[in-house]
Amino acid sequence: METLNYLNDGHGLASWLLTKDHKRIALLYLGSITAFFAIGGFFAMLVRLELLTPAGDLLASETYNKMFTMHGVVMVFFFLIPSIPATLGNFLIPIMIGAKDLAFPRINLLSWYIYMLGGIFTMVAALSGGVDTGWTFYTPYSTAAANSHVITAALGVFITGFSSILTGLNFIVTIHRMRAPGLTWFRLPLFVWAHYATSLIMILGTPVIAITVLMVAAERVLHLGIFDPALGGDPVLFQHLFWFYSHPAVYIMILPAMGVISEIVQAFSRKNIFGYSFIAFSSLAIAVIGFLVWGHHLFVAGQSVYAGMLFSILSFMVAIPSAIKVFNWTATMYKGSVWLQSPMLYAIGFVGLFTIGGLTGLFLAAMGLDIHVHDTYFVVAHFHYIMVGGAIMGYLGGLHYWWPKITGKMYPEPWAKLAAAIVFVGFNLTFFPQFVAGYLGMPRRYHAYPPEFQVWNVLSSAGASILAVGYVLPLIYLIHSLFYGARAATDPWGAKGLEWEIPSPPPTENFEITPIITHGTHQYEPSKEVGIA
Amino acid sequence: MPEGRAEHYPGPIHQPPVKAGTVHDGQAVDALHAHHPKLQHHFDAMEQQAEASTLGMWVFLVTEIMFFGGLFMAYLVYRSASPAAFQEGSAHLSIGWGAFNTAVLIFSSLTMAMAVRSAQIGRPAKTQVGWLLATMALGATFLGVKVIEYSDKFRHHIVPGPFFDASQWEHPAGVEMFYSLYFCMTGLHALHMIVGIGIMTVIAIMAWRNQFDADYYTPVEVSGLYWHFVDIVWIFLFPLLYLIGRHYHG
Amino acid sequence: MFTNFPFFPQAASAQASQIDAVFFFMLAVSGFFSVLIAALVVIFAFKYRRRHDDEIGEAIHGALALELLWMFIPFGITMVMFAWGAKVFFDLYRPPAGAMEIFVVGKQWMWKVQHMDGQREINELHVPVGRTVKLIMGSEDVIHSFYIPAFRVKADVIPGRYNTLWFEATKPGTYHLFCAEYCGTKHSGMIGWVTAMEPAAFEAWLSGGRAEDSPVAAGQKLFQDLVCVTCHTPGAQARGPILTGLWGKQIELQGGGKVTFDEAYIRESIVNPQAKIVAGFQPIMPTFQGLVTEEQLLQLIAYVRSVAQQPAEAAPAGAGGAAAPAPEIKR
Repeated sequence: METLNYLNDGHGLASWLLTKDHKRIALLYLGSITAFFAIGGFFAMLVRLELLTPAGDLLASETYNKMFTMHGVVMVFFFLIPSIPATLGNFLIPIMIGAKDLAFPRINLLSWYIYMLGGIFTMVAALSGGVDTGWTFYTPYSTAAANSHVITAALGVFITGFSSILTGLNFIVTIHRMRAPGLTWFRLPLFVWAHYATSLIMILGTPVIAITVLMVAAERVLHLGIFDPALGGDPVLFQHLFWFYSHPAVYIMILPAMGVISEIVQAFSRKNIFGYSFIAFSSLAIAVIGFLVWGHHLFVAGQSVYAGMLFSILSFMVAIPSAIKVFNWTATMYKGSVWLQSPMLYAIGFVGLFTIGGLTGLFLAAMGLDIHVHDTYFVVAHFHYIMVGGAIMGYLGGLHYWWPKITGKMYPEPWAKLAAAIVFVGFNLTFFPQFVAGYLGMPRRYHAYPPEFQVWNVLSSAGASILAVGYVLPLIYLIHSLFYGARAATDPWGAKGLEWEIPSPPPTENFEITPIITHGTHQYEPSKEVGIA
Repeated sequence: MPEGRAEHYPGPIHQPPVKAGTVHDGQAVDALHAHHPKLQHHFDAMEQQAEASTLGMWVFLVTEIMFFGGLFMAYLVYRSASPAAFQEGSAHLSIGWGAFNTAVLIFSSLTMAMAVRSAQIGRPAKTQVGWLLATMALGATFLGVKVIEYSDKFRHHIVPGPFFDASQWEHPAGVEMFYSLYFCMTGLHALHMIVGIGIMTVIAIMAWRNQFDADYYTPVEVSGLYWHFVDIVWIFLFPLLYLIGRHYHG
Repeated sequence: MFTNFPFFPQAASAQASQIDAVFFFMLAVSGFFSVLIAALVVIFAFKYRRRHDDEIGEAIHGALALELLWMFIPFGITMVMFAWGAKVFFDLYRPPAGAMEIFVVGKQWMWKVQHMDGQREINELHVPVGRTVKLIMGSEDVIHSFYIPAFRVKADVIPGRYNTLWFEATKPGTYHLFCAEYCGTKHSGMIGWVTAMEPAAFEAWLSGGRAEDSPVAAGQKLFQDLVCVTCHTPGAQARGPILTGLWGKQIELQGGGKVTFDEAYIRESIVNPQAKIVAGFQPIMPTFQGLVTEEQLLQLIAYVRSVAQQPAEAAPAGAGGAAAPAPEIKR
């Protein structure tokens, strides 16, 4: 006879679609995010297949342009930005702070419905012919020249932005007002700090892109001419407004993953994190400085060279807090008790690949060098190292780490290790050659290219096929574990944290009685007692 | 409310369930702290719930500032590029209607504050509803004036786009840009007013049903915050759009 | 495919080595830190691997000195990278005086190149080796970007304004020209070739082409055809400012403010004449937006510039007068 937990507390479609339980909402998100990841991956597959040969022989130009656009739009707005916050964040934050739910459970559910509505708009845009402006929607192409479904896609992005805003709002209020007694800020898990910083970016940045895409849609529909040079409008104003959000957006994508890594490295070194307050403050620093660097996307757009220098120096400075994290994670492993289970393999992979991705960002921040590599595959490689080698590996690592807690089942560890290795190899083969192609001069968003770039493209596409296998494997064995996996204990990893004190899977209310916290939630010293009722 | 509320529970780790009529931590537990009918299950106390709601609304208003901010940025950039054109466009707006609308909104913030106050001190439902209806009426007046202003623009072909009549202006391109921003900014503002009136309707119904008391009037309070914010946005829009280069001839 | 795959692009301009130097420095630093972190992580993973189930790690919470060290060392290194990168950009940003100018117009999906003595090219650019070349670039429709990887130069080409880039070719040869800002269906087809030639060969090429009007001469013709000369002429009919002697000067505008008399101001005055009216003149100049193409704008600008560069006392070249001085424009 199964104990009552959030999974079996209420049956039927309505109990899921009308749930207010943050854990069930997290699972709703998990399903839709996985679906969008598959869709975005499908577009990527077509792109990489086309790029096997220099000639544009697989797809027509227009189709190819739509494929890379849709790949970007789906992956950025419907996968990367919500992924960790909406699944792991939603599930874990109340538990990690000793609360029964987020501050606004109904707004949490609304967030998911808004996300789905935005997704539907975008899929309608895709199915009715697609959009071909690039995920960046640059004017005046998007407002005046594009013949594709710009308005529908822009509205999809606009709508989904509110999902992000409401999630961020919910997290901020929850973390401020619903911490258990005794849980001061500096006793919070670093996962919570990371999501707090992320939420600040979500609420401050997302509204700006909302109004910007609305202006693009208005210009297309009403012919307003805000970005139209014929009316004295400035197409570069769009770029400033767009990147004002979209640069901080990349920190929305990476900060939660960094939070996951902090948790995993601690758990699988069985050691308190090295430099807790430095990691906590570095998350805030990234959020703040991240709002001040957007002009590094406009170095060659004719921006004032002095403005460019300001953006360049700040772009270098924003790298420092990330470096602090990498050094602290590495130092945590020093004299730890390292257990190389699959979550830790993903975490270690993250550390290596994020380091490379972050360092190549510095190449782009150096203005003189950016002249050569801007809008080439060097940039593509850089951001995929961070987002795929970084954020997605963090997501997979977190999914594996907390899978037993979320589902009450263990997945087969040998398969997980194999998948992690395949992902690592496939990823590097896909994206490292793109650095070479980029410095050689291969521009982005090219349907056909000169033959001397072919060998790098072939290597990249080969890597992509391996990477795809690495992503399909977890889909299979994780679902398999739902039915056939071994039952998970309350604390299968021997880790510390409030989530490991409650049953796997947790009861609906998380805690019968609000715990009282007497010290930090992640203490691995044997002499201290666990701080929970 | 202190952080983490640790001070309220200085004692043993175990927190026993709290029942009305008992004594806990030296305080008599009254019906309120046992459970107010409006206390949602994931909160521990009404104060916590109220504070969470208010903080939530403040955070939402910050997002609204950023939302309008994009348009204000565009305004900033284009006005510095074409100051004469913006002045020309602004001169055609009716300062009379603009000032009237400003007074209407300021007054509506007063009636809104009175509505919040009346709920807070437990005035009768019809007093609360009265203040709310007054606020709604003022909001509707504002929107009515905007309809008058907008139709004037339509009639004189001042709406940007294919029907814009460039011949009536010295600086047609800049004036068209001015009016693009005018319609976007006041239109977005008007949309927020409409939503605000919708929210007031819901709150008025709740007030009519006696749902508010001194311990639970948060919905009125956060709606009030929203309303005041919409008012403040107009306080910025009015001088930026209506008063460019105006001089007092007295 | 396997017979020709370069690892590193050719360096065919004086600027290329500056950029490559920054690149190699950053590559060395990045390589060092990547290898260091990877090695440490792998070593720690094995050296400190868990040996029995209840083992926990040693309680080390942090070390302030270490934190500061690995904050300030990266900070110092990144500041060096910033300064070096900024310096290279600064140098590339300002074309040296005496650069040879060439007009470029980008449009979906081709590059139109106009040499100052009349030679026109489509998707090709011929330049002499050992001479600084400055491109003045505009767009007819959407944003494009002019990119020559071998020279390591790139600048966005934006409708409604002019961007410039400059380089000095050092090696004769043929190099790729790419559009590097997504501009629609045939973005990847908006490519061409840049040919750098020895100076003698370049002169020969220049004079060997079809004899066409120089931009200045073509601009003069437009100036007459569009009857600009009606207002911009001395005498009782002078409703518009006289253009001689104004080049590079600060012009007083109606309503206060000033503007520098340069290519951008000339262009703006033609397409949006009411935007910056010269003090003391009526706002009666009609707009030519839509009546002239980007190329024609560049020709008008070349002509007006040649007039504006003449000393103020000299009579401007009027309708049917002698052609303006040959365009070896000194700046």
